[in-house]
Amino acid sequence: MNILVCVKRVPLTGGKITLTEDERAIQTRHLGFTVSPHEECGAEEAIRLVEQHGGSSTVLTLGPPEAEEQLRDMMAIGIDRGIHLVTDGGEWDPQATAEAIVGAMGLGSEEPYDLLLFGNESADAGNYQVPIRVAQALGVPCVTGIKAITVDGDKLRCEQEIPGGRDVYELPMPAVVSVKEGINLPRYPSVPGRMRAKRKPVASSQPARPESKLEMVRLVLPETSSKQAEVLGHGPEAAPAVVDVLQQIGVM
Amino acid sequence: MATSESRQLPASQRVVVIGAGIVGNSVAFHLTQLGETEITLIDKGPLPNPGGSTGHASNFIFPVDHSKEMTSLTLESMRQYKGLDVFIESGGIEVARTEERMQELTRRVVSARTWGIEPVSLLTPEEIKELVPFINEELLLGGFYTPGAGVVDSLRAATIMRERAVEAGMTVSANTEVVGLDVERGAVRRVRTDRGDIEADRVVIACGCWSPRIARMAGANIPLTPAVHQMIDIGPAPRFADAKGMIEFPIVRDMDTNMYERQEGTGLEIGSYAHRPIMIDADEIPSIEESPLTPTELPFTQQDFELQMEQALELMPEIVGDESVGVKYAINGLLSVTLDGLPLIGETPEVRGLWSAAAIWIKEGPGAGKTIAELMVHGESEIDVYDSNIARAYPHQKTKAHVQARAAEGFNKMYGIVHPAEQWESDRRVKLPPFYEREQELRAVFYEAAGWERPHWYESNAPLLEEYGDRINQREAEWEARWWSPIINAEHLALRDRAGYIDLTAFAVFDIAGPGALDTVQRVAMRQMDVAVGRVVYTPILLPAGGFKADLTIMRIADDRFRVVTGGGWGMSDLKWFSDHLPTDGSAQVQDQTNTWTTLGLWGPRARDILSSVTSDDVSHEGFPFARWKSIEIGPLEVIASRISYVGDLGWELYVPIEQGARLWDIIAEAGMAHGAVPVGAGVYGTTGRLEKCYRAYGAELEGEYDVVEAGMAWGRVKDQDFVGREAHVAQRESEPAAHMCTLTVDDHTSSSGLKRYMLGGEPILTPDGEPITDPKGRRSYVTSAGAGPSIGKHILMSYLPGEHAQEGEKLQVEYMGERYPVTVAVAGSTPVFDPDNSRVRS
Repeated sequence: MNILVCVKRVPLTGGKITLTEDERAIQTRHLGFTVSPHEECGAEEAIRLVEQHGGSSTVLTLGPPEAEEQLRDMMAIGIDRGIHLVTDGGEWDPQATAEAIVGAMGLGSEEPYDLLLFGNESADAGNYQVPIRVAQALGVPCVTGIKAITVDGDKLRCEQEIPGGRDVYELPMPAVVSVKEGINLPRYPSVPGRMRAKRKPVASSQPARPESKLEMVRLVLPETSSKQAEVLGHGPEAAPAVVDVLQQIGVM
Repeated sequence: MATSESRQLPASQRVVVIGAGIVGNSVAFHLTQLGETEITLIDKGPLPNPGGSTGHASNFIFPVDHSKEMTSLTLESMRQYKGLDVFIESGGIEVARTEERMQELTRRVVSARTWGIEPVSLLTPEEIKELVPFINEELLLGGFYTPGAGVVDSLRAATIMRERAVEAGMTVSANTEVVGLDVERGAVRRVRTDRGDIEADRVVIACGCWSPRIARMAGANIPLTPAVHQMIDIGPAPRFADAKGMIEFPIVRDMDTNMYERQEGTGLEIGSYAHRPIMIDADEIPSIEESPLTPTELPFTQQDFELQMEQALELMPEIVGDESVGVKYAINGLLSVTLDGLPLIGETPEVRGLWSAAAIWIKEGPGAGKTIAELMVHGESEIDVYDSNIARAYPHQKTKAHVQARAAEGFNKMYGIVHPAEQWESDRRVKLPPFYEREQELRAVFYEAAGWERPHWYESNAPLLEEYGDRINQREAEWEARWWSPIINAEHLALRDRAGYIDLTAFAVFDIAGPGALDTVQRVAMRQMDVAVGRVVYTPILLPAGGFKADLTIMRIADDRFRVVTGGGWGMSDLKWFSDHLPTDGSAQVQDQTNTWTTLGLWGPRARDILSSVTSDDVSHEGFPFARWKSIEIGPLEVIASRISYVGDLGWELYVPIEQGARLWDIIAEAGMAHGAVPVGAGVYGTTGRLEKCYRAYGAELEGEYDVVEAGMAWGRVKDQDFVGREAHVAQRESEPAAHMCTLTVDDHTSSSGLKRYMLGGEPILTPDGEPITDPKGRRSYVTSAGAGPSIGKHILMSYLPGEHAQEGEKLQVEYMGERYPVTVAVAGSTPVFDPDNSRVRS
């Protein structure tokens, strides 16, 4: 199988998110970067499928020069090669992103892809559109929100979680599948994996940015209640403190 | 039990400690041990891990360090960690990949013996493999094994100490941010927080890498910079699945790659000091809310760690090379780095009552906490931390540019092989003596002294090597020849034969002036200061318990003005000590004159001939006796000439306003030419000239752990007036000293390889049987200073020895670089080995 997995460089948040002065981006001065969690699972899935069925895997990203870091991260866990569609750092809308990905078919690998894996949505913009637009442009079937993939000859069996059960799809390859966190538990990179990743090939191109059809005006931070955890103690010694709290809040 | 969000902050406290890491908790706990219970400990973050460097520390401790002060703090900290039951003794091995490192490891053995850390041993690669079976011993030449090294749980230790302090009455307030520090008339008065204000006249800043930011709120300066230390955790390693206990294998420090690897549970932690120095500003540290992990665990930058991964892989392929072992945690951890790699301890010189407890790492935390508490309560501490005194820094050394430059340079020295005389390269040429151009013309080799450029020797004096020929020994081993020149010894002999002039600009000079000046110096100085105007007094300055705080000279300039001259190294600390002892009624002031005066020393048998040729004032022995100062005219210059000597020859210190220094130099150099005088560097002034005269130096022979009687300086009667340390000093005079300062000479320098080796200081003195020597107070005998004595043709060592060994002619040994050399006690007490009756100084 020849698999392409598409990932996006996004800020590694965890604490309070702050915005840039123009309120059009997340303040990343103190942040590291990662790929969207769904996409990390996509990469892991690609590696597992290749491990089971043979073939090779390619990771693609559209992003600034620094996004090579995310390509290397994915190659460190086992993706074979990378494609970097280099941008000047600005956000591309879903239509433009999909166009660029479609335009990159044939870059990095001569073989056509049997499977294009995406995350269900990116962790930052969350437009939920790119995989569908890519599938439409390529004229191949597409399923989204997938939590399990099995390969059966030239067919894929994909499972989607729905309230109260699962929808199961069968589709021919080539196909576009977007996956959700939980489909697998992505592995950590090993040190040899990290070192191999440095030497793996990355093909790159600078696609022209088409005019944006979707404009993000500004970001607004939702109101959140501040949470404060307090460790009352460890082991049996904590019991009196727990009792104190229970008394304080009036349940004892 | 410790925090209650709803609790009101107390309106006033005796002490507020800011920062609840290992240091703040330790300071607070030890303050309660000393009876201070009205304390509030606050932290911006949550407990038990408020998010500072303690929370991500690697937590391992290797006790052996070349610095006595750091070793003492570490040993005390280990004692406390063990007492709190949070210490796992895993042992530790520093491994060598190079021959140069193997030599350094033999120095580590020597330092271990000097400071009494035993057992330690050198290991062969095979022996390392037995202890660490997963290591690639083929890369290694050997290792230095410290079985007593170990790993602590610093957060747990901090928690226990906090809980005990709370039991003693301390209040704790987490999630409380300091928003201001109020200062009134130079003293701290109030801590303002987002949850209310606390009045306090003693405030401790134990805020790790945030300390500069908090200090600035009070107008004080804690000169450190946050710097990145990269570390990763990998695991779970199948190899460790059956490891015994939490930690089965010794910690490995891969010194030549500036890295460490240590097993804990099924994981391996890999840390590095090898990467490019990454400094950030204290104001740039993200807030707790904004941080994905904690504020001091910044995003890992993989590109800085590529080489480190390869090096870890080659050293421990079985673990690091295992494809199933993942990198589970990787951070750019922040820690605090200073201008010289040492902590910043003590009351800030800018604000009374504002204390710094900063740039202290896990291995020093509890010991430093105890020390700071003692300093706050008693004014002195069991472990003398004069090297770490925050007051040590001169103004330019506290600038951000300087701290960052030195921190960057020092970062990679952390595991480096640092020669005792090694000079800093970054941010030099900030303070230039007025003689600088002349010195450059004479091809001076400049060392740094108290931030000044100061000649250590002059290449222009190379022709003297021929003149003195055989009397000058060459140093055959590269280590001792490093940062040294035989020209130093030639300059020494030229001074002894004729004369030399020495740049002493680095002196710290300050005046005590006002109606209360006499009372002030009388109270601070051990010797009688009620002397005639025109006298110069050399005096010890004592700590309350009678140990040395300083030794310096004081000139009585006028009835109400005294001029203190002290070495540059501790000049600012000494200035603070005098400032701290000024009368509260304002009747005396301290005026720093360090940048006002420059000093040129002129000594040697021809010094009087030279001086009298350029002045019409009376400089005869009768007209200008020893230990006097006079104002004399030299050409157009009004010069304060002070007839004292630190090199043991006739001569003067000549003081002029700094802008007139070059003219003074020109006059003395020209007049000196006819008498064969040469410029002489600090290599003579600080070492060879001094050691031949057995003059003690503060920071080497003189420090808080030793007293005046032991130093052999208790001559004359004790003055009637009270002074700091008087009671202790009187008691010390009345009892038998535990040790005596002795001067030893090396009998044979030949090592097993045939190379002659020369000790540089810090080596243990051993009995003829090779046993360490310990005095009745438990202090090991070691070489406090070492250097050539060109006039006596011997290499000189100074050391405190207990009574039974402090006998002239006593045969002992010194250990150096893994070998032992015979030495003889030349002098017990203060009689110099050169010119024992001091006739030259008084001629």
